[in-house]
Amino acid sequence: MKENTGKKIATRESYGNALIELGAANKDVVVLDADLSSATKTDSFKKRYPQRHIDCGIAESNMMGVAAGLAAAGKIPFASSFAMFAAGRAFEQIRNSVGYPHLNVKIGATHAGITVGEDGATHQCNEDIALMRTIPGMVVMCPADDVEAKAAVKAAAEYEGPVYLRFGRSPCPVINDRPDYKFEMGKGSVVKEGSDVSIIATGICVANALEAAELLQRDGICAEVINICTIKPLDEALILSSARKTGKVVTVEEHSVIGGLGSAVGDVLNRVYPAPVRKIGIQDVFGESGFAQALLEKYKLDGKGIAEQVKEFSESFTTGKEQLCQE
Amino acid sequence: MNNLELKKTANKIRKGIVSAVHSAKAGHPGGSLSAADIFTYLYFEKMKIDPANPRMEERDRFVLSKGHTAPGLYAALAYRGFFPVEDLATLRRLGSYLQGHPCMNHIPGVDMSSGSLGQGISAAAGMALAGKMDGKGYRVYTLLGDGELQEGQVWEAAMFAGHYKLDNLVVIVDNNGLQIDGPIEDVCSPYPIDKKFEAFQFHVIHADAHDFDSLREAFREAENTREMPAAVIAHSIKGKGISFMEGDAGWHGKAPDDMQYETAMAELEKIDEELAREEAG
Repeated sequence: MKENTGKKIATRESYGNALIELGAANKDVVVLDADLSSATKTDSFKKRYPQRHIDCGIAESNMMGVAAGLAAAGKIPFASSFAMFAAGRAFEQIRNSVGYPHLNVKIGATHAGITVGEDGATHQCNEDIALMRTIPGMVVMCPADDVEAKAAVKAAAEYEGPVYLRFGRSPCPVINDRPDYKFEMGKGSVVKEGSDVSIIATGICVANALEAAELLQRDGICAEVINICTIKPLDEALILSSARKTGKVVTVEEHSVIGGLGSAVGDVLNRVYPAPVRKIGIQDVFGESGFAQALLEKYKLDGKGIAEQVKEFSESFTTGKEQLCQE
Repeated sequence: MNNLELKKTANKIRKGIVSAVHSAKAGHPGGSLSAADIFTYLYFEKMKIDPANPRMEERDRFVLSKGHTAPGLYAALAYRGFFPVEDLATLRRLGSYLQGHPCMNHIPGVDMSSGSLGQGISAAAGMALAGKMDGKGYRVYTLLGDGELQEGQVWEAAMFAGHYKLDNLVVIVDNNGLQIDGPIEDVCSPYPIDKKFEAFQFHVIHADAHDFDSLREAFREAENTREMPAAVIAHSIKGKGISFMEGDAGWHGKAPDDMQYETAMAELEKIDEELAREEAG
């Protein structure tokens, strides 16, 4: 198969770089951090615009409230921390102080998912998409690579209202580096056309899903791969049109299969066009320490693991293995 | 405003609280009444606000961190002219903009949505910081319950405000000594409140929450404080003004029945009469 020899950039790096550009363009942009600026990569903004970088110390709940107050006074705050402490620890502050008043707060959550790696389960947030998408009016974005991450940060700043941005710690392949790339909040994109099965992925799993599609091709399965960056609001039209074409859907995310992209996709299919869905993700378990790549392999979120599961799922329709009521 | 006018206004606000909570058949009269004079002082003398332009950029801000005492805030806003006094009777009703807890998007004059304890002070700190960053002259006031001080976020926010020397921020503690489960020192004591705020680099001022001279002096001192935020510990009586509610934790979140309502309003009428006699000299 084709080796991905291209450059790899962690989307948290993209976040930091995008903030610098935003800072230059708009002086109302302020960045908050909770003692993690070297990890969330807001430290480069801090160097460039020290007066607009606010370190709140290790106090995420207060940080979200301060961000709400700054937004109420006309600022565009980007409150930054690890996904676990942003969406997890400060959930209720985000819900009540940011979401309910629909304040213009952007939450930059890095180190999402199991690819946090060595830190282990306490720091591997596989629940943030689920938590954030339950908040009315919250936009939830999970970019796939450097290009999309920077575009998403810019789009978040241009949008008036609360946005949750999910970034990863580990370098991931750049897949959207092409001149005609255009980003639109709320729109997904078909990154590979196919006819047998729809693989709908988000974040770093998009590159892995593309790799899986190549492996599947060898087995005679022509998979369509869709990149969903904006999980809420979801590009329902794109998902439905792909499901209508292929008749079966696999979702892939570095997140719990409960409440994340898979659930969001399942919701729309259930409502409009019921189709079988296999949810690939973290199967209701806590993570563990390990290298990011080793964890992806163990939890079957690498190209090979995804391909195996898609193949099994696709073949179940011919063997009838997944049919609950067999004659 | 002179003290007599302030007292008359505070009494109107107390009537508004009792009527609204009675009409809603639910709500929080105890802490609304303990803070009634603070609401009165801030909205009728201290704060730079304009009811005709509630979102005025240069306005002073108020965040009701103890959001459950919304009836007190709403009564103050209504009598100050932000919305019709008659609307107080719709408190907590389906379809009313007067939600059980303050909602900034639907209620003129409300600067921040609040209700989940411990959160308003953080938002107030954020507003104060924005004012500093932009070189604006506005001041930010936030009112907390003494029971609310049990929330850890309050101290995260206090540390933040002290660290960033937010001298345009005034944290007011309505120290009525009672919370739902009883006296605060029996439930989980936040005392010593003054020493705690001092340790977080606040200038601490004690005030009598039911004496306008004391409040005036305290807020003046807060305004003259430089390089550090101020904390006004306002010593109050829960349920102040209604004899059978005073000092009784049971009135934290309970509406008076029809008879109790009549008694309460009669007591407030009597205060009106006394104030009228005082005015007549």
